Amino acid sequence: MTTRVNTLVIQTPEGIVFSQLLAGPVTRFAAWLVDWACITALALVIQMLLILPALVSPDVGRAMTILSYFGLSIGYGIILEWFWRGQTFGKRLLRLRVVDAHGLRLQFNQVVIRNLLRAVDMLPMLYLVGGVAAVLTRRAQRLGDLAANTVVVRNPKTKQPNLDKLLPDKYNSLRDYPHLEVRLRQHVSAAEATLAVRALMRRDMLEPQARVELFRDIAAHFRQRVPFPAEATDGITDEQYVRNVVDVLYRTRSGGQSAAAK
Amino acid sequence: MIVDLHRFVAGERDYWTQLESYLNKFETDPRFRMSLEDSRRFHYLYERACAGLARVATFSGEAELRQYLENLVARAYGEIHESRSLSVRLRPLHWLRYTLPQTFRRHARAFLLACLVTVGGILFGTGATIYDPESRSVTMPFGHDALSPSERVAREERGDDRISGHQTTFSSYLMTHNTRVAVLTLALGMTWGLGTLIVLFHNGVGLGAISVDYIMAGQTKFLLGWIMPHGVTEIPAILVAGQAGFLLAAALIGRGQHAPMSARLRAISPDVVTLIIGVALMLIWAGLVEAFFSQYHEPVIPYLGKILFGTVQLVLLILYFAACGRTPEKSKP
Repeated sequence: MTTRVNTLVIQTPEGIVFSQLLAGPVTRFAAWLVDWACITALALVIQMLLILPALVSPDVGRAMTILSYFGLSIGYGIILEWFWRGQTFGKRLLRLRVVDAHGLRLQFNQVVIRNLLRAVDMLPMLYLVGGVAAVLTRRAQRLGDLAANTVVVRNPKTKQPNLDKLLPDKYNSLRDYPHLEVRLRQHVSAAEATLAVRALMRRDMLEPQARVELFRDIAAHFRQRVPFPAEATDGITDEQYVRNVVDVLYRTRSGGQSAAAK
Repeated sequence: MIVDLHRFVAGERDYWTQLESYLNKFETDPRFRMSLEDSRRFHYLYERACAGLARVATFSGEAELRQYLENLVARAYGEIHESRSLSVRLRPLHWLRYTLPQTFRRHARAFLLACLVTVGGILFGTGATIYDPESRSVTMPFGHDALSPSERVAREERGDDRISGHQTTFSSYLMTHNTRVAVLTLALGMTWGLGTLIVLFHNGVGLGAISVDYIMAGQTKFLLGWIMPHGVTEIPAILVAGQAGFLLAAALIGRGQHAPMSARLRAISPDVVTLIIGVALMLIWAGLVEAFFSQYHEPVIPYLGKILFGTVQLVLLILYFAACGRTPEKSKP
């Protein structure tokens, strides 16, 4: 079995690396459920519209119902994914998108193949083959995705934590060293910053002993990353130190929280 | 390095918005084409967004901004670096005259393999019916084992019109059912061709078993008159679907090919789509013929007329796939 990854990482010829999160089988199944509901609803609408021709000729009415459901079940994914660049109603709702495995533009052939190969992915029922393939393959691809060279990525909406509640406007001794502030921002990764924020948000849920130990470890980690002078750190607890680090990482000097949010 | 993030964002936001509006145009209008000036501007905006992303990457606390830029760069990257033809212009006559027959001939070996597997199934079904008549219930599809050929012929010729008033429904059922089988035959190519092989062999078994049953009962003329009008299109359509399935399998296995699997699959995907669209068209025609023509027998339609109709179709089909599109395409100005 290949090693699974949860991001599609692409390096451009300009040397820029960007990544997109890969969608897992469960999210994709949820999107399919939405799409299935849409197909069913559309089929019902078409059936109601076909009442009139059915009154004129029941044979033609029945035939049109069979053909329209068939066209809908096969064409729904192909048409929407082509015109919405890799999205259907379900994928839009769950913020998923089908993209080329190399980050290139999705081709019509790829859209057709990945949708036709649902025939084998949905065997024996409820996309079992596709689900197992998505679990086993490195980039969570079902067989249709493998054949079409596509992956499904998700763009989750990132929620910025409410730092005003988390970080009361207190004096932050680390702010006295602007050059070290900048260095801290450079050296700390996004994952480390997120971890520190989460620890602060859940601090009241921790046992007292565990809380002390956790913040001691996190503070030690950040101290190792960028050492601040003793006068900036003496006399403050490990938890306060972590709070000050988060303040530096997330807040600008003017007090804004997120530049992107503005 | 960015010292003042807010100032950086304020300075860049207009460029990002411009890039986003270009991308939105691409995404909402597949026919949107840029002028040379637009292309230059788009490329400049893309490079600027790339540079912005590289700078923002140093800000650990700006996950949202970084994600926004990554998304923007990812979308623009696909547009900038895509070198394959993006045209999906509908040119049905050109497609019918050149693309489909040429694609078919390019992969004639896969079609031959599909034929051989089906012939294997036909021989098996024939042998089973001759040497083990009890196998009828297993080998014959659609309840054909319930009636003997003579009983069936007598019933059909009595004019017991089972589908009278339902021809259109029956036709649409046949089209959709057969297309589903064809798509499954193609899709099972992803099982290294094993699934495609089984479907084709299974089809052959049913065909062989039924055919030999009618021949042994002296009903060859009825059989040909019944099968040929639609079968000469329907059976080759399933074989072409098998051809497409074997193409997928060959790309998956990659025997004797040095390109990676993704490149092999990417290379054959236009041909697979061409073949399956051809299959769908053939099955639509076969469905119409089966519902409105094949199910009527003597004395309504003479068997000879039905056999002649089937033979003409078969000859035309062979000529189409063998000879059509061999003349050079007229180059477009």
